[in-house]
Amino acid sequence: MSDHAVALSATSSNWRDDAAGPSGPKPRHMFSRRNIFLYGTLVVVALYYLLPLYVMVVTSLKGMPEIRLGNIFSPPLEITFEPWVKAWSQACTGLNCDGLSRGFWNSVRITVPSVILSIAIASVNGYALANWRFKGADTFFVILIVGAFIPYQVMIYPIVIILREIGLYGSLTGLVIVHSIFGMPILTLLFRNYFTSMPEELFRAARVDGAGFWGIYLRIMLPMSLPIFVVAIILQVTGIWNDFLFGVVYTRPDTYPMTVQLNNIVNSVQGVKEYNVNMAATILTGLVPLIVYFISGKLFVRGIAAGAVKG
Amino acid sequence: MSKSERPSQLFRNLNAKVASIPMILTAMVVFVGGTAWTVLYSFTNSKLLPRLNFVGLDQYYRLWATPRWLISIENLLIYGVISLVFSLVIGFLLAALLDQKIRFEDTFRTIFLYPFALSFIVTGLVWQWLLNPDFGVQGVVRSLGWTSFDFNPLYNSSIVIYGISIAALWQGTGLIMCLMLAGLRGIDEDIWKAARVDGIPMWKTYLFIIIPMMRPVFITTLVIIASGIVKVYDLVVAQTSGGPGIASEVPAKYVYDYMFFAQNLGQGFAASTMMLLSVMIVIVPWAYLEFGGRKRV
Amino acid sequence: MRYKFLTAAFAATVALNFAGPAAATDLEVTHWWTSGGEAAAVAELAKAFDATGNHWIDGAIAGSGGTARPIMISRITGGDPMGATQFNHGRQAEELVQAGLMRDLTDVATKGKWTEVVRPKSLLDSCTIDGKIYCVPVNIHSWQWLWLSNAAFEKAGVPVPKNWNEYVAAAPALEKAGIVPLAVGGQAWQASGAFDVLLAAVGGTDAFLKVYKDKDAKFAAGPEVAKVFKAADDARKMAKNTNVQDWNQATNMVITGKAGGQIMGDWAQGEFQVAGKTAGKDYTCLPGLGLNEVIATGGDAFYFPLLKDADKAKAQEVLAETLLDPKTQVAFNLKKGSLPVRGDVDLNAANDCMKKGLAILAKGAVIPWTDQLLSQDSQKQKEDLFSEFFAKPDMSLEDAQKRFADIIASAD
Repeated sequence: MSDHAVALSATSSNWRDDAAGPSGPKPRHMFSRRNIFLYGTLVVVALYYLLPLYVMVVTSLKGMPEIRLGNIFSPPLEITFEPWVKAWSQACTGLNCDGLSRGFWNSVRITVPSVILSIAIASVNGYALANWRFKGADTFFVILIVGAFIPYQVMIYPIVIILREIGLYGSLTGLVIVHSIFGMPILTLLFRNYFTSMPEELFRAARVDGAGFWGIYLRIMLPMSLPIFVVAIILQVTGIWNDFLFGVVYTRPDTYPMTVQLNNIVNSVQGVKEYNVNMAATILTGLVPLIVYFISGKLFVRGIAAGAVKG
Repeated sequence: MSKSERPSQLFRNLNAKVASIPMILTAMVVFVGGTAWTVLYSFTNSKLLPRLNFVGLDQYYRLWATPRWLISIENLLIYGVISLVFSLVIGFLLAALLDQKIRFEDTFRTIFLYPFALSFIVTGLVWQWLLNPDFGVQGVVRSLGWTSFDFNPLYNSSIVIYGISIAALWQGTGLIMCLMLAGLRGIDEDIWKAARVDGIPMWKTYLFIIIPMMRPVFITTLVIIASGIVKVYDLVVAQTSGGPGIASEVPAKYVYDYMFFAQNLGQGFAASTMMLLSVMIVIVPWAYLEFGGRKRV
Repeated sequence: MRYKFLTAAFAATVALNFAGPAAATDLEVTHWWTSGGEAAAVAELAKAFDATGNHWIDGAIAGSGGTARPIMISRITGGDPMGATQFNHGRQAEELVQAGLMRDLTDVATKGKWTEVVRPKSLLDSCTIDGKIYCVPVNIHSWQWLWLSNAAFEKAGVPVPKNWNEYVAAAPALEKAGIVPLAVGGQAWQASGAFDVLLAAVGGTDAFLKVYKDKDAKFAAGPEVAKVFKAADDARKMAKNTNVQDWNQATNMVITGKAGGQIMGDWAQGEFQVAGKTAGKDYTCLPGLGLNEVIATGGDAFYFPLLKDADKAKAQEVLAETLLDPKTQVAFNLKKGSLPVRGDVDLNAANDCMKKGLAILAKGAVIPWTDQLLSQDSQKQKEDLFSEFFAKPDMSLEDAQKRFADIIASAD
């Protein structure tokens, strides 16, 4: 790559930064009527959004007798971590009484390769669609977008057949491929929009310098697309980690992901529903995507700004 | 590649074509192939295993004579309109509020977005619990002394679908807000200045200037919301299992139940073909207009 | 870099996938027994199988047969079969057998003289397709039971009813005492099962067979079945305040005296047992709702997919034998609350309700169950109808009966 292109990419990095700052009307005094209204609304709405999480946490720290008597919103009188221990390592499904712990590593083993593969494929798709359009490319893209609307349930049977024919049914590789296929439509859309919105001169300059398909992708596009990769990673980690249907249909019990165990714990009612254990299990299962969100919050909006806005 | 050799059309952009093979395979084999396969077998009387034993349109006649399917369609329409309207409106309003150069923007944004990290199964369970008539909101309000308070959407056939929509909105609006916020951030500051100079009120600026400029964001958002609506399944299963009775059934659940519970693949395929057909009628022309003829090298 | 991504991802999957060959006699068994009593029962099967030197790998899938069956079927048709799997015997696995995916057990059956020991004979018949035996029945489950909470009736100040009619008459008193007269959970199969029980009890054995075996739609639309719908209407009114989904939560309402009673199969007994309740003292059971004492011979059976691995195939045979072993049969069925499939086992440990069931079985008052008579498709349509019926107080009886007759007319 030439200096020419480097210079261009340096100037154009400003273009990413404006996406991060607020652009609305300028604020006025701190305690103006407008500010009270503004923050008042935000706080009320935020409370509404936090309420379920609060109830989950509070419930998971109560004992069953207290749940039966009390009010779901009241804080626990006596904090107990027993439901958490039970959810993680003791809750039973059939004969297996090792709670969620069994599924955790399975989920990791499913999520990591699936996220990597699906994003690798989708980013190249988006790049090809944005910068190297060949005849018919748009048709495939339209098919992909329509594919985003097909309920997964409908595709279960054809995919069982496809996986059986290529001999990957029941294997982790098969599941990784399935996740890559179903992540493709939305991810490709985001990547395509992102790459389309990059200044065209960058691409032109690299072409003039003789860089090819992969060269431009690796040396220009990739380094500049951190935000959209963050978005893609967040979407995929959430989607794949939370998936239940594919995990249960295309794997076998020793590789069941955590969500399957969650479903099993929640649906294996032993007499009374143990709401505290259910809630603890629920929070534990959601923890990984939640952490990803809390860490990458700001990058997420910046990436979305770049991937969805210009198109 | 101005002076490079170009033997034929086929080899033009060869690398791009090679790189697109996974996409092409997915589009053709899985989406088109799988769909064609499904449509083909919807004309058969396949039960547990797919068999090519054609029965014409029988499965479709039966489908449209089934009360549960009709209820499912009605529910999907109600759910769809609610999700679409409310997630767009709430998402946009929240984004507009956050875009006022406020403090703690990160905190608020994270709070609104976190439900999206939870799966529909989890969302369904939490809201089933919050809306439980004995333990949840109704029970709590009653125990505070308002004994006639009635809020029991999950066990009331006529409003159960709204109970599900509440949960869906809680889960999904955060993402929509982020998309909208991103869109607002893409608007040039000068536009605001110009509007202010002209003395246009803020709501008018949003409605007539900003929103039209955010068209691409709305398109992406629509794709995400609409594809979510058609696919709604887990949430219903976790929250109500379609109950009470069949009052909160949705089409995707009908498809799944008849394919696998009832072991009547033909019926399930017919239902999914109807779903596909309605999606296609709306999506394909639009997708072509939107994504088809973009001019770029 | 992209290639690196790809190869890395691929290498990762391959490496992770390579968990090493399992010990040759591990056998994965899938089932949907996950409630308290069920899990205790299945542990007995696993214990017996492990004692043979093999290893039972438990593949429980929670959420009742409706959730589990599609997964099992996908795995069998997808070419990744488990070692053995539960189905309700009857017609659920019919097509899998016809497609040649399941293992023929005739040899094992001949060796174990199954035709002599299994009773009633109809059980083995529903495992037999084209003269070959494809499944091992493990228990007899009958739906025809009314479980009543003695404490609830005491609280309401009325005697514990002796039959369905007395029960309906006692409903207002129960309601006045703040008790839900009848618990019917929200899952669709519960409403549909309750109706079938009413059909056999209120309508009688002949009516039941005419509707489900002969599929006589005219009869199903006639006055005798109308009587049954009238009874179902009573049930619907009595059940209207049950705010639970799962069957065992509904049973729990009876156990704790929050509900007066429940129409549920004998598997509910396992829940009473886990809760430490005694039949006769804490709860009362009325087979055939006290009107028509019959027992339906539904139940669970294990099917064995065709496997290539010779060691596993051998282990399948061992499991099949173990399941019918008299000792296993007793241990399993006592925990499960169901009746054993062998007539020659000692069941002194059985409680009152099981003994009532055994007596009826000995009298030969058995009927086939809907799993054996109807396809899953017809069953599902029936479930949809009755779950709607029970949830919608304003659905008229005539309308419901007409739709029922339509389902019977097209049933197969």
